[in-house]
Amino acid sequence: MFLRVERLTKRFGGLLAVNDVTFSIEQGKINAIIGPNGAGKSTFFNLISGLHRPTSGTITFKGRDITRLPANERAKLGIARTFQTTHLFEQATVMDNVIIGHRLRTSSNLFDAILRTKRHRREEQACKEKAMEVLDFVGLTDVADRMVANLSQEQKKRAAFALALATDPELVLLDEPAAGINPDETEGLEELIVNMVQRGLTVCLIEHKMSMIMKIADRIMVLNYGEKIAEGTPEEVKNNEAVIQAYLGGSAIA
Amino acid sequence: MELFIQQLLNGLTVGSVYSLVALGLTLVYGILHIPNFAHGALYMMGGYVTLTAMTKLGMPYGLAIVASMAAVGLLGVLMERLVFYPLRNAPPLHDKIAAIGILLFLEAFAQFVWGADYQTMPTPYGDVVTVFGFTLTIQRILIIASAVIIMILLYLFLKKTFIGASIIAMAQNREGANLVGINTNKVAMLTFFLSGSLAALAASLASPINLVFPGMGHLVILKAFVIIILGGMGSIPGAIVGGYILGFSESLGATYVSNDYKDIIAFAILVIILTVKPNGLFAKEGR
Amino acid sequence: MAILEKRRLWLAALIAAAILFPLFVANGYYVHMMTISFIWMIAVYGLNLFAGYTGYLSLAHAGFFAIGAYALGILTVKAGWPFWLAFAAACLLTTLIGVFVGLVALRTKEHFFAIYTLCVGYIIYLIIDKWDSLTGGVRGFIGIPAPADIGPLSFQTPAAQYYLVLFFLLVVVWIMHRLVYSLTGRTYIAIRNSEELALTLGISTMKNKLASFVLSVFFTSLAGALYASFIRFLGPDIAYVSVMFDFLTYLLVGGIGTLAGPVVGTLLVTFLSQQLQFLQDYRMLIFGPVLTLLIIFYPHGIAGGIIRLKAKRGEARRLQLEARQASAELAAASRQERSERYAKEG
Repeated sequence: MFLRVERLTKRFGGLLAVNDVTFSIEQGKINAIIGPNGAGKSTFFNLISGLHRPTSGTITFKGRDITRLPANERAKLGIARTFQTTHLFEQATVMDNVIIGHRLRTSSNLFDAILRTKRHRREEQACKEKAMEVLDFVGLTDVADRMVANLSQEQKKRAAFALALATDPELVLLDEPAAGINPDETEGLEELIVNMVQRGLTVCLIEHKMSMIMKIADRIMVLNYGEKIAEGTPEEVKNNEAVIQAYLGGSAIA
Repeated sequence: MELFIQQLLNGLTVGSVYSLVALGLTLVYGILHIPNFAHGALYMMGGYVTLTAMTKLGMPYGLAIVASMAAVGLLGVLMERLVFYPLRNAPPLHDKIAAIGILLFLEAFAQFVWGADYQTMPTPYGDVVTVFGFTLTIQRILIIASAVIIMILLYLFLKKTFIGASIIAMAQNREGANLVGINTNKVAMLTFFLSGSLAALAASLASPINLVFPGMGHLVILKAFVIIILGGMGSIPGAIVGGYILGFSESLGATYVSNDYKDIIAFAILVIILTVKPNGLFAKEGR
Repeated sequence: MAILEKRRLWLAALIAAAILFPLFVANGYYVHMMTISFIWMIAVYGLNLFAGYTGYLSLAHAGFFAIGAYALGILTVKAGWPFWLAFAAACLLTTLIGVFVGLVALRTKEHFFAIYTLCVGYIIYLIIDKWDSLTGGVRGFIGIPAPADIGPLSFQTPAAQYYLVLFFLLVVVWIMHRLVYSLTGRTYIAIRNSEELALTLGISTMKNKLASFVLSVFFTSLAGALYASFIRFLGPDIAYVSVMFDFLTYLLVGGIGTLAGPVVGTLLVTFLSQQLQFLQDYRMLIFGPVLTLLIIFYPHGIAGGIIRLKAKRGEARRLQLEARQASAELAAASRQERSERYAKEG
């Protein structure tokens, strides 16, 4: 079992954001989570990546219980994620942003930094090389020393992908990667996601663009009001009565 | 025992003042998520305006308080319009620094206009009365009574009027409030007006007992912050209860522990609270 | 590379100017003012490391400055320790207090952190003010010795003290420079940028924030100890909010989160304060609104503004170049197309 979530519940005050969800992310596949606004998708991601602690339930990753592990430790185990808003530092270059992605695989500290030790030089080089590698993978080599503020929305998304990939992850969680992107560019991102899986990564994504999900996802889980209402292949989910109900008559599913 | 009850009465007086100041602070925090470091300056201005209205314009105490509440309330609105509104989308560091700038400006302003000396505020209610065997100045009774009345009025305003309800709605969800047609700008201004008025009232009530001077707001504002962390940032009942808790702890601490260090009690409470609960006593977990 | 070289030249010229300053300026008052400015700069670098590069506004730094200063005073005068031992101990003690404050304070977020540190600063002020037997309370603390000789080096003259402070300032700037352009510095900036993102990138935000906070407290305590040995008289006022405000003003005018900011801001504001001396206690009438306006309309400060301007120009030049290249390619392509067409037709 790659990543398994067992009876996961998250309560905010009186509000049940995620309610008793059991779900597995399959290795080497594109797993998708869909659902209407406020269905608890983002909370679900926050629970998996460790930004929130679940109220109850367990999360296991590669056989290890990570329910109580802080987010940064999970990243070290190989769980990376992106955010809906990219959170990039706009006033710095793409390269400067992405370099920090490999920081978790380095160990130089304050003193190494001040004394410029061998270790620091070696690790700095490693981070730069890693950044070049992932920028090449997402196709941003050309704009590596461009200010993030001057990039297009789609390029920013790619830069955020690169940052996540620089952590050397096994599982990448993508939170609405295609939000705010025009249809042409969406295709490019689809290709990139498929490429990631072909490279041996596992992807789990939240997305509202149904056409994209139906095209690339191997498996889909549907959340509604924090509860899992369906799970299966795109074909199965598309024809699921509960899902159609949740999307108000099903017109949203094309 | 007699000393103890006397101290409880003291605590009730001090706590009333704290609660009024903390209420203004918590209202603004609830609506705009700004810790208004300049709130203490509003308190100080309230003291001076009342004093000036009485000594220079010859207004009676009560009328001077009303004038002061209006003036300082408007000052609060001005602050919101000129400083906090333009900074609404800036990084959180910015509005804090801006507030500190306003604070120091207003203090220098007070010193410039009224001088650095400590001034006493005359009160027509300086007489001593005996209630159930305890001696008490009428001023103290006035403080407690007006604080309670104002709190009840505020509660009714927030619960029973439409505009009050929109303040509550906005505190809970700003975008949501905007969507349902609440004019968030107006509500923000109104909140600052209320906040300034409450500070002015608190200062005007406390000044005959304490004194009026440019730095009079410092300790009060710091304590008000302690109170709203104690009571939950943005919580109205929390500000009231917290204010009285602090008032009692201080007056009892001053008697039974040390008068010199009584001001540290508030901060010791805060340090303990945040050590145990980093997000405050009644933190709502963020989403 | 050329930019780096030019920068290095500028830096060398600045340092040379700082070294030559007391030789050419005979007026002892200016040397005194400059020394004080250097001390402020060290403290402002401390604040800058944490507020500018790590993104947390600590309002307790005036308190740490005062602890450093008072610790030196108490250790030399009351405990009779040798100067440099007391100096090291004062910085160490303050830093240690910083560790404890940081451990608690850094668990809180944004507003809570600012309020918490504001209260810590006020507690420090109150303790200094009230603990008469140790600190002299409002009467102040007098008789702090000037820095003791180190071998042949004597620090009795104002010029010698100037060089001593300059030395420490340069060390601080050097450390900051190394730090900012290192993996560790980038880590701090990542935390400032988004703590959530940093966490999901596997960065232990608590550990890094604590390290940054403690180093920042260390710089500030160093400034405090230097201040005590230079002014040789201390009052509780140095722990007060207004000192904190001065630090913030220097930092914001110069440029928060920039390497040159503390130097530029401190020099400019202390110079302006000199010119506005007739205002005395009322200088806040001007500086208060200046700070507020600055944060609304020009939050990057002077150094930050220049950096942005340069970056913008660089970007514009690059775009221009790219556009020119593209149009050249387009022209070449259309030329080729045309010639091909001619070839076909002809």
